[in-house]
Amino acid sequence: MTVTEPPGVAPGNRGNADFVRSAMAPAAKPPSSEVGAIAWLRHNLFTGPLNTLLTIGLVLLGYWTIPPLVDYLFIDAVWTGSDREACIYTAERTKVGACWAFVVDRAAFFTYGFYPLAERWRIDVFFVLLVIGIVWLLHLRAPRKDLAAIYGFVFLPVASFLLLSGTPSLGLPTVPTNLWGGMMVSVVVSAVGIVVSLPLGILLALGRRSNMPAAKLFCVIFIEFVRGVPLITVLFMASVMLPLFVPDYMQPDKLLRALVGIALFASAYMAEVVRAGLQALPKGQYEGAMSLGLGWGQMMRLIILPQALKITIPNIVNTYIGLFKDTTLVVIVGIFDFLKAIEASRIDPTWAAPTVSTTGYIYASIFYFFCCYAMSAYARSVERRLAVADKR
Amino acid sequence: MTNTAPAGLKPAKLTHETAIEMIGVNKWYGEFHVLRDIDLTIARGERVVVCGPSGSGKSTLIRCVNRLEEHQKGRIIVDGVELTNDLKRIDEIRREVGMVFQHFNLFPHLTILENCTLAPIWVKKMPKKDAEEVAMHYLTRVKIPEQALKYPGQLSGGQQQRVAIARSLCMSPKIMLFDEPTSALDPEMVKEVLDTMVALAEEGMTMICVTHEMGFARQVADRVIFMDQGQIVEANTPDEFFRDPRHERTRLFLSQILH
Amino acid sequence: MSPWNDPRVRSFVFQGFLILVIGFLIYEAVDNASDNLRRQRIATGLGFWDSPAGFPISQSMIFYSETSSSYGDAFLVGLLNTLLVAAIGIVLATVLGFTVGIARLSKNILVAGIARWYIEIIRNLPLLLQLLFWYNAVLKALPGVRESAALPFSSFLNNRGLFMPKPLPGAGFDYVLIAFFVAVAAAIGFRIWARRRQERTGLQAPVGSVTLALLILPASLVYVALGGPLTFDVPTAGRFNITGGMVLQPEFLALLFGLVIYTAAFIAEVVRAGILAVSRGQTEAAFALGLRPNLTTKLVIVPQAMRVIIPPLTSQYLNLTKNSSLAVFVGYPDLANVFTGTVLNQTGQAIEVVGITMLVYLTISLGTSALMNWYNSRKALVER
Ligand SMILES: Nc1ncnc2c1ncn2[C@@H]1O[C@H](COP(=O)(O)OP(=O)(O)O)[C@@H](O)[C@H]1O
Ligand SMILES: [Mg+2]
Repeated sequence: MTVTEPPGVAPGNRGNADFVRSAMAPAAKPPSSEVGAIAWLRHNLFTGPLNTLLTIGLVLLGYWTIPPLVDYLFIDAVWTGSDREACIYTAERTKVGACWAFVVDRAAFFTYGFYPLAERWRIDVFFVLLVIGIVWLLHLRAPRKDLAAIYGFVFLPVASFLLLSGTPSLGLPTVPTNLWGGMMVSVVVSAVGIVVSLPLGILLALGRRSNMPAAKLFCVIFIEFVRGVPLITVLFMASVMLPLFVPDYMQPDKLLRALVGIALFASAYMAEVVRAGLQALPKGQYEGAMSLGLGWGQMMRLIILPQALKITIPNIVNTYIGLFKDTTLVVIVGIFDFLKAIEASRIDPTWAAPTVSTTGYIYASIFYFFCCYAMSAYARSVERRLAVADKR
Repeated sequence: MTNTAPAGLKPAKLTHETAIEMIGVNKWYGEFHVLRDIDLTIARGERVVVCGPSGSGKSTLIRCVNRLEEHQKGRIIVDGVELTNDLKRIDEIRREVGMVFQHFNLFPHLTILENCTLAPIWVKKMPKKDAEEVAMHYLTRVKIPEQALKYPGQLSGGQQQRVAIARSLCMSPKIMLFDEPTSALDPEMVKEVLDTMVALAEEGMTMICVTHEMGFARQVADRVIFMDQGQIVEANTPDEFFRDPRHERTRLFLSQILH
Repeated sequence: MSPWNDPRVRSFVFQGFLILVIGFLIYEAVDNASDNLRRQRIATGLGFWDSPAGFPISQSMIFYSETSSSYGDAFLVGLLNTLLVAAIGIVLATVLGFTVGIARLSKNILVAGIARWYIEIIRNLPLLLQLLFWYNAVLKALPGVRESAALPFSSFLNNRGLFMPKPLPGAGFDYVLIAFFVAVAAAIGFRIWARRRQERTGLQAPVGSVTLALLILPASLVYVALGGPLTFDVPTAGRFNITGGMVLQPEFLALLFGLVIYTAAFIAEVVRAGILAVSRGQTEAAFALGLRPNLTTKLVIVPQAMRVIIPPLTSQYLNLTKNSSLAVFVGYPDLANVFTGTVLNQTGQAIEVVGITMLVYLTISLGTSALMNWYNSRKALVER
């Protein structure tokens, strides 16, 4: 390395003007303190005194909580049995963990409620149809999205209705809704909320953004009113006020009332989500569409809504997650949903044992967590994909 | 600069002949060797322009000088103080070294004036009035005193970058670091920022400036340094550097940016 | 040109049609309702408001008696109970939510991982499920009175709730309170003085420690000087009962736990997003200017993050308040439980009772939104 003094620099300086590298330095391995397990631990767990303390505390906490939890869930758990005898304390069984025997025993009840045994295959068919619809609609690269939409928003509701509530003309005996229960009712309520809230939400959002004062006023009042009150009060309204508002001869049944409440509630939230998507679209899209001579309807259908809905997918799915969790509240108006099925079984004397309640709640948690986590994972993957598409 | 300096403004002078000395500096991001055997000495009052292809480690190099990045091997000595993990020293060096970023990094929740007085008030413990006086002095120097009460979002890119320079100057730094200060600007705003920097250079500020503005390099640099793959490939006076680039990579790079 | 092609005509016709439909629906509803009410012999109007309620309420902040109080009193009790659980819930959820949100961004992957899974799990489970778990599987499953778990400070925990010493302010305790409030005023004064002095001279004062000292010391000194004018009614365990002290009922605790833990998970996400919204460049610029990390946090990061955090935080507060109506499921006597539950059952006046309840929540929601809009318009970053 040539070392000469740069002009104008005080003497005695090792300035390196007039330097040319003869051979490029190869990339070297970092010092061992920077890589490997030790460095990883230092960077991630023992960054400073506070972090070290936290790490030690958390490891201890894990040491105290995880083994008992594993014991409870698996080691000491009871897997087989047909009534409370399996899960109570006895002289030889002084430790009882989760009572999975209870879940196994009541699984069919949790899933189908009081639906007649001979007709339960109809619910299975319904679940299969539903899964097909979900996969078809949500898989981003699935073919014929237009058909999928018709399937999901027209065929599936009609077919499910005929299937579940029965059509004697097709040889399917009627099953009154008061026999519906368990997971199946939770899924039906959520599905109706999901199917109704999107189109209704879009209408409300368009109405709120329109320049027709009467339509706008109506939409604003509806949206703000519904979002301003708890779901329970909406359900109460649907359950005790709705029957007063319709004539005596067309009293809706209990399930229908709950469905109306859930659907209206979800629509108001969906409207705000869609409105945010509409607002996020640049003004140029509207101007471009209008400059092509498209009418309002064409502009919305062909240009604006497809884009707005696409960027809104993650938020739509998040609203669905909220809706799915909220459906547990329908029990307040006498619907026998999944959680209610567990509640009812848990206090049933046949299964009165100390760990039955907790086991029931764990089972419910697994079901809800699985569904909600799947939805939110989907929302996140769409979000990532949209972010990538944006960069291109 | 004709207006007289206000009370709180002591002329800052480096105490050592050598402003910055880097000896065998190496840095890794995980397994990635980003700075390799950097030896660089910058004298008091020297103005150095650093150029090189994107990803060659220019930003990392100057960010090591005020410890925004930590180096893992070698020594960095700024005005006689060696950079170590000692927080006191880091504070001391950051007070003496100003930095201007590519994306300005003005504080959007503070007015222009508050942006400029924040550090003098909280770091130098200046009375507010004095800090404001100093700030107005430098805002006048960068020719935007009338914007003092606006927020950064209300200014153009060029104006924002001049505020960022003024904000650094308010701490009376002895050394200024510039990281591509004009590359996020619209072409018509580049000149106003460069003019500000030229004026600063002419006053004898020690500067390291990462930039691809070759006109600026010719006009003010004492030395141009070309970096590639995390190492200094060539260093020379601007005249020699542009007239007779000696390393093949330098020639390739210059042919690309000068067309 | 056919008039139908004029957008104004179209809009006019469409809106006219809409108004007609809505008007018709309202007319039908009112007509049916009056029919149905008459047939079912349900009274209308608010006449019931002053009639005796005749049912007990398990927790009340004001005087309420089964025999002498009216439905109006019951309404007030319910409303106050809602506000109580919401207020305490909001404070605790904020503390927990900010802690978890900051922990989520910790460099310590153990801390960050636990925070992440807390958020993931809690947000993906229905609040009702969590409430039922806390109430039935935890609080109601606690041992009975005789096997009460003894906690520090002579407290007991059993399936009837959390029994704690009840403070009984004695003579002179007022002076302790006065000392405390004077100290609070002094702390505020000190802050103002410190800011003015810093502006004038640049000197910084240890505002944090002085405030802390002022909040603790004067009141404690007065307390000690007066010989501790505060006695505690300590709960004592009898054979079948615990006497004395005060009790937090399991219904209240379950609702509070559930709401706090659930809402905190959402607040944590809000906080995380707010902090991440402040770009790395802001911190670097502050560091480059010589600001220490704690000053950078205080002067640069927090003010910017708070602008992002406050609007969604407010809506989480509203959610918590609305969700407190799930009290029905654990039997805590909040507004929804007392009013749309018992009062509705007894009077049958669905329209009035549900209407009033909705109106209360609506007032809270819209009032808060109005405040929020005002805040947003004031604080929005000035942009070109
Ligand atoms: N925080 C970081 N973590 C990992 N790699 C980084 C980080 N910052 C920069 N790098 C990598 O280091 C190299 C040099 O970056 P930089 O100094 O910013 O280059 P330049 O400023 O010359 O364009 C690049 O390849 C970049 O991808
Ligand atoms: Mg760079």
